[in-house]
Amino acid sequence: MSLAELQRAARRTPKVAAKPDTHDNKAALQFLGPWIIGFFGLTLGPMLASLVLSFTDYNLLQNAKFVGLDNFAHMLTDTRLHQSIKVTFTYVLVGVPSQLLVALFLALVLDRGVRGLTFYRSAFYLPSLLGSSVAIAVLWRLVFGGQGLFNDILGWFGVSAATSWIADPSTALSTIILLHVWTFGSPMIIFLAGLRQIPREYYEAASCDGATIWRQFRHITLPLLTPIIFFNLVLAIIGSFQAFTQAFIVSNGTGGPTDSTLFYTLYLYQQGFGQFRMGYASALAWLLVVIVGALTAVNFWASKFWVHYDD
Amino acid sequence: MRKRRVRTRVSSTTRHVFMILAVVVSLYPVLWMVVSSLRPDGHIFNNPSLVLNTFDTSNYTHGWNALGRPFGVYLLNSAIVVLGAVTGNLITCAMAAYAFARLRFRFQRPAFAAMLMTIMLPIHVVVVPQYVIFAHLHMVNSFWPLILPKFFATDAFFIFLMVQFIRGLPRELDEAARIDGAGHWRIFGQILLPLMTPALATTAIFTFLWTWNDFFSQLIYLTDPNLYTVPVALRSFIDAQGKSSYGSMFAMSVVSIVPLLLLFAFGQKYLIRGIATTGGK
Repeated sequence: MSLAELQRAARRTPKVAAKPDTHDNKAALQFLGPWIIGFFGLTLGPMLASLVLSFTDYNLLQNAKFVGLDNFAHMLTDTRLHQSIKVTFTYVLVGVPSQLLVALFLALVLDRGVRGLTFYRSAFYLPSLLGSSVAIAVLWRLVFGGQGLFNDILGWFGVSAATSWIADPSTALSTIILLHVWTFGSPMIIFLAGLRQIPREYYEAASCDGATIWRQFRHITLPLLTPIIFFNLVLAIIGSFQAFTQAFIVSNGTGGPTDSTLFYTLYLYQQGFGQFRMGYASALAWLLVVIVGALTAVNFWASKFWVHYDD
Repeated sequence: MRKRRVRTRVSSTTRHVFMILAVVVSLYPVLWMVVSSLRPDGHIFNNPSLVLNTFDTSNYTHGWNALGRPFGVYLLNSAIVVLGAVTGNLITCAMAAYAFARLRFRFQRPAFAAMLMTIMLPIHVVVVPQYVIFAHLHMVNSFWPLILPKFFATDAFFIFLMVQFIRGLPRELDEAARIDGAGHWRIFGQILLPLMTPALATTAIFTFLWTWNDFFSQLIYLTDPNLYTVPVALRSFIDAQGKSSYGSMFAMSVVSIVPLLLLFAFGQKYLIRGIATTGGK
């Protein structure tokens, strides 16, 4: 029989298999009802609306005015936008690897067998738990302020400093990056879970062969951990690109000093809810989606070069 | 042989010392905040030690009444929003999870894919139109925009969490109940839900955590100071106090994280297991 004849024969066969695939339609509608309404009404609908809005000028009081590509053209010359992209990229490119390195390092130390593992794990997790709160951001403001804890501690080491690190444009962003690194507890827990899954026999076999700790790490631990490192990396990049609270509180909503802490979402907030330029804010939101999507795609593409899956 | 034993003992001690130091450094800011809140205003700065010479609670009494309303109002507001969010998520995410995990229906695969994609979606792309919708419904200056979406399973992360969990429950239980004449709602409510308590607990705890700390949405929707939740109220401390009374600000900051500390103390098991298995924050 030719391929065409086979296909025709298949089409003529009554599709008995289809029925079990859809016999729960009514029940699904009941259980999935809220999600369906939420998906179309609060997610997909608004996404499309926001796409439309990005081509308009809209301040909520008057009707939206269609302005074509003006918002996007404005993005090209908007220096504050460029600054916010620079600030956010710096935060992500410096903060994410730093945080993950600390998390990985401590996970490795803990995994080698330290008594009181649960205590350390919980203790390191606490900053992560509190880290996204306004309270901690407020604390950070005061720790790195002129008379703050940080300067006092520097004083213990003989360094006399009275500068306010958050009021200095060259260091303000670094304090926020440090806050992010401080919350390493959460990825550390994920690394710990991953390390636990590496069979001890691998290490035993390697050390029987005389491999040093470093070589064991490089050839056993690291390759087997790459999927988890990748997972943490993707999540951290997506998440930290949307950082808002810390930037807002540390700069008191301004993104200062001199826009040195003007995170992307902070700028979006200022445009959309400070100045009610909702058309432009929608365009900014979509640009954020594109940037995050592109970064994730690049991450996935690059992963085939360094992530080893256990096949 | 003896040499190696000495070496491992030494490195074990150094590891312990290092870890303890790391914990101290890590927790120092938080401890300092708590200690500072119990010092009189003038003694907070230039005082980096954790030694408590006085036990002064005046910051708490001042801070409690420093803003327009007693701080308890803001705690209550946050509690209301959190309660609404947790309830909404528990009900609608569990329902959706049952559908995805146990039912067979048309468009199931694309729906599941769509649901997964919304997990990673930046909220900013929906926040402007959502704000417009709520503005037209005259719901802007209220708790509704913060609670209502949770009753429509918009936190897809928890749907995914629960789907994975339900998949681990044997279908034989469903079958047995069906043979006894139970319909889907009976199976869901009487068979599966009771077995899902770990996933439900994890959902409740993470929803609590994320909602209590949620600054962005609450900042946008709550303009009436009487409705301020804890994050927004704390922020206005920075404005209101300016240079004075850091003590009050510290005290109220400590108060604001007490629920989180309690959550941590009692929900640790679920928090850590939840992170280790799903990567939530």
